[in-house]
Amino acid sequence: MPLIAMETGRFDENHRQQVRVYDTPHRRFWILTLLVVGFVIVPFAANQYWLTVLGLIGVAAVGGLGLNVLVGYTGQISLGHAAFAAVGAYSCGIMTTRLGLPVWLAIPAALLCAGLFSLIFGVVSLRVKGMYLAIATLAAQYLVEWALHAWNLAGNDYGLITFEPIEIGAFNTATPVGRYLLIMACLALVVLYVENLTRTRTGRAMIAVRDQDMAAAGIGVSPFKYKLIAFFISSSIAGLSGVLYGFSAGIVSAEAFTLTLSIQYLAIILVGGLGTVPGAVLGAAFITMLPIVLRDGLPIIGIELAANMQVHLLSVLFGIAILAFLFLESKGLYGLFRNIKDYFRQWPFSY
Amino acid sequence: MGEFVQLTANGALLGFMYAILAMGFVLVFKGSGVINFSQGELVLLGAYVVSWVLATLGVPFWLGIPLAALVCAVAGVLIERFALRRLLNESMLALIMATIALGSIIRGLMSLIFGDRTRSMPEILPTGTYEVLGLRFSALMVWAAVIGLLLLGALAWFFSKTKLGLAMQAVADDRVAAQSLGMSLGVVNATAWAIAGAVAALAGFVWGSFLGVDGRLIALGALIFPVVILGGLESIPGAVIGGIVVGIVESLSAGYLDDVVGGGFSTVAPLLLLLVVLLVRPYGLFGRPEIERV
Repeated sequence: MPLIAMETGRFDENHRQQVRVYDTPHRRFWILTLLVVGFVIVPFAANQYWLTVLGLIGVAAVGGLGLNVLVGYTGQISLGHAAFAAVGAYSCGIMTTRLGLPVWLAIPAALLCAGLFSLIFGVVSLRVKGMYLAIATLAAQYLVEWALHAWNLAGNDYGLITFEPIEIGAFNTATPVGRYLLIMACLALVVLYVENLTRTRTGRAMIAVRDQDMAAAGIGVSPFKYKLIAFFISSSIAGLSGVLYGFSAGIVSAEAFTLTLSIQYLAIILVGGLGTVPGAVLGAAFITMLPIVLRDGLPIIGIELAANMQVHLLSVLFGIAILAFLFLESKGLYGLFRNIKDYFRQWPFSY
Repeated sequence: MGEFVQLTANGALLGFMYAILAMGFVLVFKGSGVINFSQGELVLLGAYVVSWVLATLGVPFWLGIPLAALVCAVAGVLIERFALRRLLNESMLALIMATIALGSIIRGLMSLIFGDRTRSMPEILPTGTYEVLGLRFSALMVWAAVIGLLLLGALAWFFSKTKLGLAMQAVADDRVAAQSLGMSLGVVNATAWAIAGAVAALAGFVWGSFLGVDGRLIALGALIFPVVILGGLESIPGAVIGGIVVGIVESLSAGYLDDVVGGGFSTVAPLLLLLVVLLVRPYGLFGRPEIERV
């Protein structure tokens, strides 16, 4: 019974056990289950509709994890992450379609572009913080949105960038299963990376900067350096989210990366639980499912809404959901899950 | 040269219209320390309420505008009482997300109640053009500037002469000290939101007359930030001067730069200015240099 191992403490016998990412048998069991379900069972069992929905959740989760590095771990607010995702998507699209670079080279290069671009605005964070930084990143968002519209980056009359499907042997992102697997593989890598990040010097330095930047500076952790690193990592991951969006949608336009998306990213980590990895994934599922439930879920129970009514109702519900989490459970869905888990773990005792 | 003067003068007038937008924002920040990301939505609310009272209910404007301002003031108090007061000591992120969430709710509700169609504001402000010394001015903007100046005067009087206004200054200056001298934070915060609501109704009236009343008014919310960062987040005269600078920058770049760097550059020129100001003088031209350097 793996549950008991968690209760009685950890008895590591060698260094390898000590440095494992998923340290209890219980966690390893669930991670393994998730991997098996996600990569083996779902691709065979799910139909195209659910593969697409899960893909959308995966793309949002990657973006949320990226923002979490900056907001959750380093404590810097960004209202411009959709812009960084746009830089990733556009540079990948331009490099593959217009310059003809191979995908395995274009994707890392696109992530690098998104990361480097964010440093321009990261530099502002050396000068101001808190709400001033939020306003500066908001300006970044509007500037990028304008540039995407005003400059003909796509090189065609429609302003659309096409993403050619990736084809490696039997794996082909032209099929729903291929797209789903690409997104989930990237999500798994990002989860592993972010989970690991918090155990490294870099990640701990970020947390130190978040908790008290002056104290961090006092113990030799440079806030400047780690804020810039956080901006770079966070925006590269956001760029990956943009790239994945491109491959799953096939074409990309400026309308995909508006301020609304930036706000959704923030909502994802807030609703899921700030500074937690499972939280970002749960939050992504919640925020992505909200419009889908309004569109496809309500007709099942006999309520049909016009398309524009759905948009307005979604806007109201989105706001109410954020306020509800702020007021009632500021640790988000993951905090809620932990409370419930603790309740059952200790049952029938209350502590 | 004539074109330059004309563009500058137009920009200055536009600046007064921005100042009306920004004053509500500054009031909220001064009174309660909240960065209000829903100012654009508040203006939308104001515009809908004014057009509903004037056009649908048919109330004459001298009664209708104060009535609409009252309705929006009540809305402001409700927002403060039921949302932001519960987050009094929360993090900056929580406050920012709360105002964004409130904006989202207001936007959705307005469209659910009033529909998607663009409503027109009854023509109360004159629409022609005035010609002075060879320069042409839109009558609407001239009157908007007059309203902006009157509003500035009224707020200046409120803050320097009334007890409540002085209390708000005190709370903005030092929260704890003001509380220990018997000022109620709740009353001060609620007043700030009430006035911000009333100002938003006025801003909605002016901008609704200018652009028509529909969801596009929300986009104005973004233009507030260059104005208030330039003028200082808690200075009301600063909002007017910041507004004028932003108006002139926008007007000049529309005249000279749009063809050079790409269409619509004038809409983002103020934001570039904002980034420069943040880097060089983060507390604005009139703000106090208390901002914490990192």
